Amino acid sequence: MNASVSSSVTPIGAAVRRKEDHRFITGKGRYTDDMDRPGQAYAYFVRSPYAHARIRHIDATAAKAMPGVVDVLTGADLATDGLGDLICGWMIHSKDGSPMKMGSHPALAKEKVRYVGDHVAVVIAETLNQAKDAALAVEVEYELLPAVADLATATDGEQIHECAPRNTAFEWELGDKAATEAAFARAAKVTSIDIVNNRLAPNAIEPRAAIGEYDSGDEAFTLWTTSQNPHVARLVLSAFVGIAPENKLRVIAPDVGGGFGSKIFIYAEETVCTWAAKKVGRPVKWTGDRSEAFLSDAHGRDHITHAELAMDEAGHIIGFRVHTRANMGAYLSTFASSIPTYLYATLLSGQYAIPAIYCEVDAVYTTTAPVDAYRGAGRPEATFLLERIVEKAARERGEDPAEFRRRNFIKSFPHQTPVIMCYDAGDYVASLDKALEVADYKGFPARRAESERNGKLRGIGLSAYIEACGIAPSAAVGSLGAGVGLWESAEVRVNPTGNVEVLTGSHSHGQGHETTFAQLVSARLGIPIDQVSVVHGDTDKVQFGMGTYGSRSGAVGMSAIVKALDKVEAKAKKIAAHMLEASEGDIEFKDGRFTVAGTDRSLAFAEVALNAYVAHKFPTSEIEPGLKEGAFYDPTNFTFPAGCHICELEVDPETGVVEIKSFVAIDDFGEIINPMIVEGQVHGGIGQGIGQALMEGVTYDEDGQLVTGSYMDYTMPRAGDLPSFTVGMTQTRCPSNPLGIKGCGEAGAIGAPPAVINALTNALGTEDVPMPATPSRVWAIAQARASRLAAE
Amino acid sequence: MYAFDYQRPDAIAAAAAILSADPEAKALAGGQTLLPTLKQRLAQPTALVDLSRIPELSGICATTEGVSIGAMTRHADVAASELVRAAIPALADLAGMIGDVAVRNRGTIGGSLANDDPTADYPAAVLALNATVVTDRRSIGASDFFRGLFETALKEGEIITRVDFPKVEKAGYAKFRNPASRYAMAGVFVAKTAAEVRVAVTGAGQSGVFLWTEAGDILSSDFSVQAVSGLALDPSNLMSDLHGSAEYRAQLAKVMLKRALASITG
Amino acid sequence: MSEATTIVRVPVRLTVNGKSVSAEIDPRTLLVQFLRETLDLTGTHVGCDTSQCGACVVHLDGVAVKSCTTLAVQADGASVTTIEGLATGGKLHPMQEAFRENHGLQCGFCTPGMIMSAVDLVARFGPNLDEATIRENLDGNICRCTGYHNIVKSVAAGAAAMGSAEAPRAAE
Repeated sequence: MNASVSSSVTPIGAAVRRKEDHRFITGKGRYTDDMDRPGQAYAYFVRSPYAHARIRHIDATAAKAMPGVVDVLTGADLATDGLGDLICGWMIHSKDGSPMKMGSHPALAKEKVRYVGDHVAVVIAETLNQAKDAALAVEVEYELLPAVADLATATDGEQIHECAPRNTAFEWELGDKAATEAAFARAAKVTSIDIVNNRLAPNAIEPRAAIGEYDSGDEAFTLWTTSQNPHVARLVLSAFVGIAPENKLRVIAPDVGGGFGSKIFIYAEETVCTWAAKKVGRPVKWTGDRSEAFLSDAHGRDHITHAELAMDEAGHIIGFRVHTRANMGAYLSTFASSIPTYLYATLLSGQYAIPAIYCEVDAVYTTTAPVDAYRGAGRPEATFLLERIVEKAARERGEDPAEFRRRNFIKSFPHQTPVIMCYDAGDYVASLDKALEVADYKGFPARRAESERNGKLRGIGLSAYIEACGIAPSAAVGSLGAGVGLWESAEVRVNPTGNVEVLTGSHSHGQGHETTFAQLVSARLGIPIDQVSVVHGDTDKVQFGMGTYGSRSGAVGMSAIVKALDKVEAKAKKIAAHMLEASEGDIEFKDGRFTVAGTDRSLAFAEVALNAYVAHKFPTSEIEPGLKEGAFYDPTNFTFPAGCHICELEVDPETGVVEIKSFVAIDDFGEIINPMIVEGQVHGGIGQGIGQALMEGVTYDEDGQLVTGSYMDYTMPRAGDLPSFTVGMTQTRCPSNPLGIKGCGEAGAIGAPPAVINALTNALGTEDVPMPATPSRVWAIAQARASRLAAE
Repeated sequence: MYAFDYQRPDAIAAAAAILSADPEAKALAGGQTLLPTLKQRLAQPTALVDLSRIPELSGICATTEGVSIGAMTRHADVAASELVRAAIPALADLAGMIGDVAVRNRGTIGGSLANDDPTADYPAAVLALNATVVTDRRSIGASDFFRGLFETALKEGEIITRVDFPKVEKAGYAKFRNPASRYAMAGVFVAKTAAEVRVAVTGAGQSGVFLWTEAGDILSSDFSVQAVSGLALDPSNLMSDLHGSAEYRAQLAKVMLKRALASITG
Repeated sequence: MSEATTIVRVPVRLTVNGKSVSAEIDPRTLLVQFLRETLDLTGTHVGCDTSQCGACVVHLDGVAVKSCTTLAVQADGASVTTIEGLATGGKLHPMQEAFRENHGLQCGFCTPGMIMSAVDLVARFGPNLDEATIRENLDGNICRCTGYHNIVKSVAAGAAAMGSAEAPRAAE
């Protein structure tokens, strides 16, 4: 039945069909909830129904007496066992030099609850129904406190954490304030804008799940969990929460059904399941449902920003000044502090040569779910802001937005921006020109006229985005406050029969690593791809890894594999030299064969592999038997994928419905291993980006109750909401890693929102179009436009 | 879900007996609304009485007046029915627009009407077509049947057995879907008989489905899109929520009315 | 009522992927739970709790239903086909093949439901499907990874292949 992937050598650049698909299309994927452990009990969390309250008293007596209940555990039990808080792993310092105010975040609430859905207690029972039944019997006495649900006024609200006056986690800055002020002082024109970047729920279709198990014989834990980075989960659970030392804690992230950032973080549920497994002496399983995911999976975005762009007489951008208030939610999630700072403000130069930039970010607590990385993470917020204000500036100048961009593009590399980043390579004019051509930008006026004849409003909008991926040089991020290094590891194990296992610290949850990584190894070693297996997601198999997020697995994860392959080849050459009785320097390796240069004497890769293990033909005093090499790769720079997206759309002014007529994405991802997979990543990102622009938005009411708590109210893009996309590439090789890769996972989600909103503002003739631009909002704007036109 | 007993009677009388004996028992039709409600523990019936194996409740037949649809007939079957399409094509169209296909394969007309969700489709057709809801006890005219949000004229334990739709000269339905849930934000059913035109609006009203009498009156004398071009629906009794204001729903109702008419008059 | 009260279990007998199965179950067992937990057919997934996402779509007596919104007892006596039953005789169904060939999946979680809906779509509309028909009729299935672009291509290709192969629908 498993016909077909490919049983041949797969060159780099080929659209190889995915190896992992067979199990997914036949229903044989192994996701966390697909697994059961012998004797397992089921966990169900008692969650706060209130946004902000003091817990006066918890009485679980009645619940514990309910049928099937194994135990009910609370924050007090966590404290008794001396478990530490969940942490945020990136230290940000405020302008005044003070460290960020990280509020205490126990996995089960102690004195207070701080958002609706906050974890109060866990009920563990023989069946899930019994756990749910008993959860209702856990009596919690709350003393209600005022909710702080509105970001704009949160600093004046009731204090959420004792350590954080005015609900402020930090007030941070980046850039040269004086130089920026000077630029504004001499500006011929200033364009300003106010932007709300809407709050999103990530919505991987697989809800989060966890199974904790404790082996009392070995005194060791195993956690199966829906994680994008199982090693980081183990590190946090071990070093900070203190459940067990790393050598006694195995974390397995099996097939994971999408992540988009939301499964990077270490949450209360997996922490509690692991800890509780020992407490109750049973494996403990928790599977979230969608409603729980909406309540307590980390959300994304949620910024309020005022920004100004300074230009000279000729229309060159000379300064950019930004003040952002970023919603952190109730607690600082695992990487939350880095998102609106180093993943945001560092991208504010975009594709433009801007001599002076100054950005201030106030990170503010609210009584809402924690906010952390969601596909793009900071970079979509930066890009949306910059591409909106650039568009607006061009329009205010009465200039074609494409030409305004072109004039201001960075045209020589490397380019040092005023906000840390040094762009290594790119060709922004090339992607702009190609996008304009593919989108038939010139033909737009005729299409608009045609739409007008049909009573529709047509608009076109551009976005020229850049992102920083391949995160990141460890020393650099360390100097900026990261608590971890951001290298990646790989191990290449060649078996005696010549097939290969590649162990990687990257994790695949839809990205197709089992194919792309194997394709790379196949091409490099000249062996068929079906002889290469990729192993990931298990801390007992892969020694360490930093996981997959931030479009880093190609640039960083595969670079580590290349490094390990270099070592494998070097050792194999030594062995081949002995076998061929030639000098090592004369051995060439090509197309899977080791050849003595200038002769026809050669050996197949498998022959050398076998000899590496039988070790008959080389002195083991000089060369160790075996063929297995590991490598850690630390990037030398970020990578800088960039591109140009153009959206063309039509508004029905009667209903406010927006129909996307065409969406063109021209991206520069550097070298590409598998174009089919890369295009798939772009499609998915665009889908999410259009979702942010037109459909999606998390809403809380003033009491901090989540209004958009299910798919009944949170609009997910469906097939009928989206068009087919036109995706194309330009290419400049990334000089910062051996494969020349830049990364592609987030580009669509970064580039699409401003392209859509620029098209919509173009159609509606106003700059004031909020996201999500839902039909009702668009209708109201179209109405106002009609009245305005009527009055004119 | 809370625990419940499961009963599967094979006759209406037996189902009625169980439901009458236990006021906390609930009839289970297609379950497309009831089961999600139970899953969220928003209801706690003692028993579910599955009506799916009662033969008299299913099926579609032509009558002298029009078409009669058994209460347990699935939306997909109504959508695909030649009998319905021959009698009232707009009714088949409406059934084909409910939810998604997997929902249409389970959901039933009787279940939809008994639940009377203010954003459901069928109530608009029943009210505009002035259909008769037949139960195990009586016949209820459409105008008497709908009583507000999730409220109908059904008494405790009363079971809808079929719905009789009279043939009309012309009918049309257009709806605007809620972008998230895909339920109606405004669904407008227009039905024209020799005597009158009735226009029913679902999805928009604060108290559920209602007759848009002003539209009906105008169209009774001039059945054309132009006749209602200046008409506006008073938003004061319409729903306002995250997805749209009452004014927006009024606008949508107006546009859907025009589109329903356009589908009839071409 | 909670489980403090005794649960009266009910018998169910149905055909799943061509095999007869029977069990005594708690009546509140959803069809998807029965498939996943009792029969260990974990290819059918649960992605939401409001009958929207379609990850749980299976065929019940030949038509697509949401197995998270169907009680197992409601399926008593019926025939169910899940993603595991789509391939026959060791050969992938043309729709499965088309999803792989056209990169119609990424994380794979929505995929079983998507494929089951796609097969149902072909049964209703035939093998020649235009893009609008496909998009409109996938409204009960949500995918977060693909932007639907390649799913639409996969369904069109799978439908055409089903037409040319006159592929029988799998055991149901």
